[in-house]
Amino acid sequence: MHSSIIDFPHSQSAHCESGVTANLLRFHHIECSEALAFGIGEGLFFGYLPFIKINNLPLTTFRGSVGSIFSNVNKRLGVTVRRKKFRSETQAMDDLDAKLAEGIPVGCQTGAYWLPYFPPAFRFHFNMHNLVVIGRDDDHYLISDPVFEKVVHCQRDDLQRARFAKGTLAPRGAMYYLEAVPQNPDMAGAARQGLVRVCKTMLRTPVPFLGVRGIHFLADRLEKWPKKLGEQRALLYLGQLIRMQEEIGTGGGGFRFMYAAFLQEAAELLGLPPLFQLSERMTLVGDTWRRFAVSGARMCKGRAKADDTYGELAAILRQCGQSERAIYGDILEFGQ
Amino acid sequence: MKVAEVPQDKGMIGEYGHEVCYAVGDNGRYTLSPSLGWDAKNIVNDQAWTAIAEETRRMHALVQSGKLSPIAYYQAKHQMDIGLLAHYVALANWRVKRHRRPEIFLRLPERILRKYATVFGVSTADLKTVPKTFSPELIRHR
Repeated sequence: MHSSIIDFPHSQSAHCESGVTANLLRFHHIECSEALAFGIGEGLFFGYLPFIKINNLPLTTFRGSVGSIFSNVNKRLGVTVRRKKFRSETQAMDDLDAKLAEGIPVGCQTGAYWLPYFPPAFRFHFNMHNLVVIGRDDDHYLISDPVFEKVVHCQRDDLQRARFAKGTLAPRGAMYYLEAVPQNPDMAGAARQGLVRVCKTMLRTPVPFLGVRGIHFLADRLEKWPKKLGEQRALLYLGQLIRMQEEIGTGGGGFRFMYAAFLQEAAELLGLPPLFQLSERMTLVGDTWRRFAVSGARMCKGRAKADDTYGELAAILRQCGQSERAIYGDILEFGQ
Repeated sequence: MKVAEVPQDKGMIGEYGHEVCYAVGDNGRYTLSPSLGWDAKNIVNDQAWTAIAEETRRMHALVQSGKLSPIAYYQAKHQMDIGLLAHYVALANWRVKRHRRPEIFLRLPERILRKYATVFGVSTADLKTVPKTFSPELIRHR
């Protein structure tokens, strides 16, 4: 008989990794919102990588690489993290059980496809889903999955399967927990560092397909999709792009709204009122991304209106790119 | 996006509750706001599922006409390409490809069949057949 349930401050988040990070910190008595974790962790990004294909469709990303939010936050706040991967599935489950028995909540990287509590419409082979295991009751695990409203249950077999999902970025049982946290971490300093780094990355990319240049690069490519790929395939590309922007737990507008929320928090933390205005401008950028999604989705459904064309979509993207370029430039002026 | 503009279009989330979005409240401050879904998202999600259903239907027909083994059907149903399936059953790609040939499949030992059956969550007896008719609803369930 195994039974151990940790009193964990579960709160629903828009995105899994920033949500897990914030919830774990809160368990260790560091007050941190999801948006703040996202900002400190340098979550915001853009990349259009047509040479990497997922299900035969090009990869577009609106966030930094997997695990980077979590590790950046912990590095900047001085938190010690222990991270493990496993060869043996049994060992991976045993280690998890041992930590739970000690009363330590454990973060896990999992494949979404195998989690039975996911709505069927979300079940894709997506191996970058993060959750926190907070207890065990015999064969059932209690899980604080940040994109769900309440704590969920999962059978041992299913969790094991999800932890050892295969394919791109296979988690290989990856688990992590906080070992030591500082008494009074410097939130303001960490927020400033995250802020500056994101703006530099977005503005000064060495290659054309990342950062703000990447948005314009995508606009150029997107304009040519129908001619290059044919109507049918162009629509699949477009649908995939919108899914990456909206569906994969972004909080709306490809994380731009979440970042605007962070800018408000940063304005207070750093005592920099101009960041409030920049937050408003970022909200407008998020709205523009949403406009792109609405117009694109109409085309996918075959209900295109007169100005739903690839040319018009590219124009919206360029508008996003231009506004973002100006915002990051201004943040660097205030923030440094 | 303002809180009042947060879409509440039911669809892919179904009866599983709601997700949260970042939206601006009346006081100009950001807040986490519940959303039941958004039509734009529902459309592109449906589009992805239609593509999966179409591929599964194609494989179903090929299995029924005896051109491929049932593995091809289950593989498509589980959204796998040959490489991913090979990872799951821990076999080389070329072997999985070979097992998709009906005449080879018929001679597979129980030991190999069980590997596939476990991944697809069916019995080895079920693995040897496919449903008589195919309907897109078949693929949304495990």
